[in-house]
Amino acid sequence: MSETLSGLLTIGLLVLLLALCYHPVGAWMAKVFTDTRHWRAEKAIYRLVRVDPDSEQGWRAYATSVVAFSVLGIAALFALIVAQTHLPGRQGSDGMGVTTAINTAVSFVTNTNWQSYAGEAGATPLVQTVGLTVQNFVSAAVGLAVAVALIRALARHSASAIGNFWVDLVRGVVRVLLPGSVLAAVLLLAGGVIQNLSAPLTIHGFSGVEQVIRGGLVASQEAIKELGTNGGGYFNANSAHPFENPNPLTNIFEIFLLLVIPFALTRTYGIMVGDRRQGWALGGFAGLLWAGGVALTTWAEVHASGASTGAMEGKEQRFGVWGSTLFAASTTSTSTGAVNSMHESYSPLGGGAVLANMVLGEVSPGGVGSGLYGIVIVALLAVFVAGLMVGRTPEYLGKTIGRREVTCAALYILVMPVLVLVFAGISLASDGPRSTMSASGPHGLTEVLYAYASAANNNGSAFAGLTADTPWYNLTLAICMLLGRFIPMLLVLRLAGLLVEQRKRPVTVGTMPTHTPLFVGLVTGIALVVAGLTFFPALALGPIAEALS
Amino acid sequence: MSSNLRQLVASMRMMLVLTLLLGVLYPAAVWGIGRVAFADQAGGSLVHRDGAVVGSTLLGQSFTDARFFQGRPSASEYAGGVSGGSNLAASDPDQVKTVKERAAAYAATNSGSAPADALTASSSGLDPQISPANARAQAHRVAAANGLSRAEVMKLVQANTQGRSLGFLGEPRVNVLELNLAVQDAAGR
Repeated sequence: MSETLSGLLTIGLLVLLLALCYHPVGAWMAKVFTDTRHWRAEKAIYRLVRVDPDSEQGWRAYATSVVAFSVLGIAALFALIVAQTHLPGRQGSDGMGVTTAINTAVSFVTNTNWQSYAGEAGATPLVQTVGLTVQNFVSAAVGLAVAVALIRALARHSASAIGNFWVDLVRGVVRVLLPGSVLAAVLLLAGGVIQNLSAPLTIHGFSGVEQVIRGGLVASQEAIKELGTNGGGYFNANSAHPFENPNPLTNIFEIFLLLVIPFALTRTYGIMVGDRRQGWALGGFAGLLWAGGVALTTWAEVHASGASTGAMEGKEQRFGVWGSTLFAASTTSTSTGAVNSMHESYSPLGGGAVLANMVLGEVSPGGVGSGLYGIVIVALLAVFVAGLMVGRTPEYLGKTIGRREVTCAALYILVMPVLVLVFAGISLASDGPRSTMSASGPHGLTEVLYAYASAANNNGSAFAGLTADTPWYNLTLAICMLLGRFIPMLLVLRLAGLLVEQRKRPVTVGTMPTHTPLFVGLVTGIALVVAGLTFFPALALGPIAEALS
Repeated sequence: MSSNLRQLVASMRMMLVLTLLLGVLYPAAVWGIGRVAFADQAGGSLVHRDGAVVGSTLLGQSFTDARFFQGRPSASEYAGGVSGGSNLAASDPDQVKTVKERAAAYAATNSGSAPADALTASSSGLDPQISPANARAQAHRVAAANGLSRAEVMKLVQANTQGRSLGFLGEPRVNVLELNLAVQDAAGR
């Protein structure tokens, strides 16, 4: 079988799996977040936490809960990391410095999972399990909760409440992420992913050379790392490490895991707003961009594999070029950031393609929850632009997109590019930050641009040649992750507050339909134009210049 | 108590409850399932020989002696302490030089020019496998060093070649540690 046919069949199998799960998973999540009854286990949690699950919150109260929970999460994780070398089960870990600990705590709470430490050396098994695994769940559940709150605001009218954050959080964990992770972890175990409590074992290999074989509770962390679009590896090599991703079957399964919830959420959306075609349109938009990203990345690397090195630097033999680029394009378009190959060793255009995937704003289909609300924001902008073109009041799902609504959407769009371009610019202009680049010229520029794009988009993958474990990068990247996560989130909740209060406007002959292929084309155009206008100059100086030289 | 403070206290209780559920019960349950149903995989797919662990089928090892098939270049020399790749671009001057050296060294001891996987470091630094072409090119050298015929070694290469999973996923590959174990058994060592 030719490599091309094998690669195309792999993509085909992935699309088939996603298509099969699209309705069941989407419908299940719609049921989870509209159910009026609580599970017994959930009631027990509400009693322990002492929150009233039957009272709903307005957008301010909802936002306060989101912020309080996240601030507490960062503080708790930071404390655990700083204390890790004094806690049991250290296994020779050196721990982390203070700025690395700040960076890591922010990184995992914001669903970014940027790692300026080496997985197996910087974090003890205790931190990985009790700290990082827990944040993998709850950071994804927070994103899911905010997305659901926005959907409710579009579905309801003349109301003020958008849901109860604690209920959304607990249900996202108990009914969606936890069962999914248990199932995924068992399948990964069967595939060869490890799950043990062994201390690092120093062996004399078959030819007598010493090797350290590490243990760890990896399968349980790997499952939620992909399903929650987190991406922080147990090991430094992330999903390239054979203990995290042993063979081509686990590889395609992990790619499936990181795409399944973001895509299925567009189904949830269609069901909850009462018009499934609306979900199809948003899913179609995300699918179109994802397919474009996969095609571009794969084309670039396959093209580069004509050289004697076959584009295999930083890629694993068992995955080959196609299995690596499918992972790379999917991880960068879902804000996951797990990697099964080293993006910095990609060809200039291949590396540029995965970077472009991120600067689209993580909407193809984006992270768990954050992807969906990002997509809705782009759709609102498209509605607004279309309204300006034909001179009608822009409307979406019966809601007017007025001055205040579009201000929220516009600010949302601006946050990420401002963070990326300002911080990348300052870093490139300063001697200290510039000195830790591993490459020079356009490739070095891409290294730094990639780091800030990854942080501000809460992706977490890296051009890992950059030595980012310095106070400057640790702190500025932490700022990007924090602002890149929570400013958009607060704007989305503010927008939800505005939308939920509106009356529903009746559909007339003049209403622009938002479920047609034409609308999907318009939203795609808006996403590409916005990203193109903001990032083309930077991309031209980095990957494009490198490809042309 | 202000509402913000109340939210923080609720957050603290929620975090404790969820940490118990997700950070203790969940990993423990998966660990238990692994112990019962997938003990070998969960333990790291270890390979024992004469009562001692000599490696894991999932982790590549450093083989330098001519008697052994050699794995791909590794950015960490297969040490296993910290995993990772070189992160070098193909155009990087260091990388260009390294690839040239690897090609020369490979051609000096093996038959034919080096396949791509023999010229490049993997992303994990622990890649357990090589391409079948890479194994075939080393067969002559390995056979000579072990006092075996080339045909015998080629037969072992064939037996240890894994096709694409399900016939179409991933790349064909040869597990270096398993192949070397088979060769040494055949050579009676």
